[in-house]
Amino acid sequence: MQPTAPSLEVRGVRYAYPDGHVALHGVDLTVARGERVALLGPNGAGKTTLVLHLNGILTPTEGGIVVGGLAVSSDRARLAEIRRRVGIVFQDPDDQLFLPTVAEDVAFGPANLGLRGAELAARVDEALAAVGMSEHRDRTPHHLSFGQRRRVAVATVLAMRPEILVLDEPSSNLDPAARRELAGILRDLPVTLLMVTHDLPYAFELCDRSVILDGGRIVADGPTPELLGDEELLARHRLELPYLFRPTPGPTPVRE
Amino acid sequence: MAAGHAHVLYREVDSPVHRLPPEVKIAAMVAFTIAVVATPREALWAFGAYALLVVAVAVLARVNARWLLLRSTIELPFVVFAVALPFLGVGERVDVAGLSLSVDGLYGAWNIVAKGTLGVWASLLLAASTTTRDLIVGLDRLRCPQILTQIATFMLRYLDVLVGEARRMRVARISRGDDPRFVWQLRGFAAGVGALFLRAFERGERVYLAMLSRGYTGRMPAVWQGAGAATTGQWLVAATVPVLAGAVAATAVVLT
Ligand SMILES: Nc1ncnc2c1ncn2[C@@H]1O[C@H](COP(=O)(O)OP(=O)(O)OP(=O)(O)O)[C@@H](O)[C@H]1O
Ligand SMILES: [Mg+2]
Repeated sequence: MQPTAPSLEVRGVRYAYPDGHVALHGVDLTVARGERVALLGPNGAGKTTLVLHLNGILTPTEGGIVVGGLAVSSDRARLAEIRRRVGIVFQDPDDQLFLPTVAEDVAFGPANLGLRGAELAARVDEALAAVGMSEHRDRTPHHLSFGQRRRVAVATVLAMRPEILVLDEPSSNLDPAARRELAGILRDLPVTLLMVTHDLPYAFELCDRSVILDGGRIVADGPTPELLGDEELLARHRLELPYLFRPTPGPTPVRE
Repeated sequence: MAAGHAHVLYREVDSPVHRLPPEVKIAAMVAFTIAVVATPREALWAFGAYALLVVAVAVLARVNARWLLLRSTIELPFVVFAVALPFLGVGERVDVAGLSLSVDGLYGAWNIVAKGTLGVWASLLLAASTTTRDLIVGLDRLRCPQILTQIATFMLRYLDVLVGEARRMRVARISRGDDPRFVWQLRGFAAGVGALFLRAFERGERVYLAMLSRGYTGRMPAVWQGAGAATTGQWLVAATVPVLAGAVAATAVVLT
């Protein structure tokens, strides 16, 4: 693997669901290492479908995907490595957490990678510390608040030290305080980030670059303030800024 | 929604039964059920003996009778079928309270109800004292084919989902003025059942995808496999139940 290879390259990906519905009509997207990209788009645009391609859960009908220089293929060993590199945090943390304690759930991914003993414990500690959940390590996930569960879900993926962190609607269902806490955590993570969201201010806050997907095609790609400043473009793709919100390019919002 | 290990049937208490390794409990449950099923239906006393065994284990596991009886309503459809048998059966008939009943049908009904109930009770006791994670680990340790382990895990997960969704759908129905009396409830429920299964299936699918994304290959990582595998002593302790049941079944076969 060359250190210069982009974290993610999606090349001409077309995908038709088994029922014949074409969800992606040739998507191209390159995310450089360390970049933070928001993937915006209305309901049914194909965002989740695209995310499921990134770690080989869905296989494109046409086109291909390369993660850090390694092409996604159906080969078993290759797939295992791809799944280590691409950390997907799903929309509903209840889909992701299934073990008796927070620490065990965070250990599940790295344990699947073959880590054991002290090394495994170190990974778990590191990931829990990154999301500020260290003191809850022995609690049962379903006793945590929704916001805490989402943070644990992020930790379960961070523990695999992914090349790229992919989040599907990370701010949905969070109260304002939990939403802000998660933003603080995501902002400080030293990883490449691809964030699917309908929450435009969140994209503005966390990602320098945004991409709009609509009808299975990338229809816009550029600096977030520019995209969000183009009201006509947003309206054409059923995206809306909250009332009174104006993206002003300039100093980033206050850090925690 | 139960996220995590505590599937709907799990009772979170500490008991000698809870502490037994899962593979031992699974084996005991299966052996007990085989003994029950192999017992000739005419040996009424044998079923009394099995019921006593179930009561003893329930007391040890700190599962109360109310919980066990309420959950046994799962088999209600089979009971209804069994009640019909004495009326429909052919052959020798007896008069009970002025009704002419088929002796064969009576035994047939008894056979279904007694064996079904005992089997359901044994499974409920296993579920009440074993977390989802331990069930997976137990089946893995018994060298159960992966596909069976996965099916069992998914059934538990779907059960969780089904109960959670059914609860939410019931609240939604009542909120819209549906009268929650039993018969009407059934009607409303029947209408919702299709949607319910679809939703349960979709959630189960998402949970599985999230596991795959963290490198799950169909076996729990060895971290959980190794620790706490059953000792000979524990096998012997757990064997008392199926051994007693086996003795009862053998005696019943010899006597009839
Ligand atoms: N399993 C499936 N079978 C057939 N069609 C599907 C399936 N899953 C999704 N689709 C269709 O594919 C299209 C894209 O769906 P997708 O879930 O990727 O949208 P999305 O951009 O994630 O939307 P949302 O913002 O609502 O999450 C939709 O038209 C959807 O109906
Ligand atoms: Mg989606």
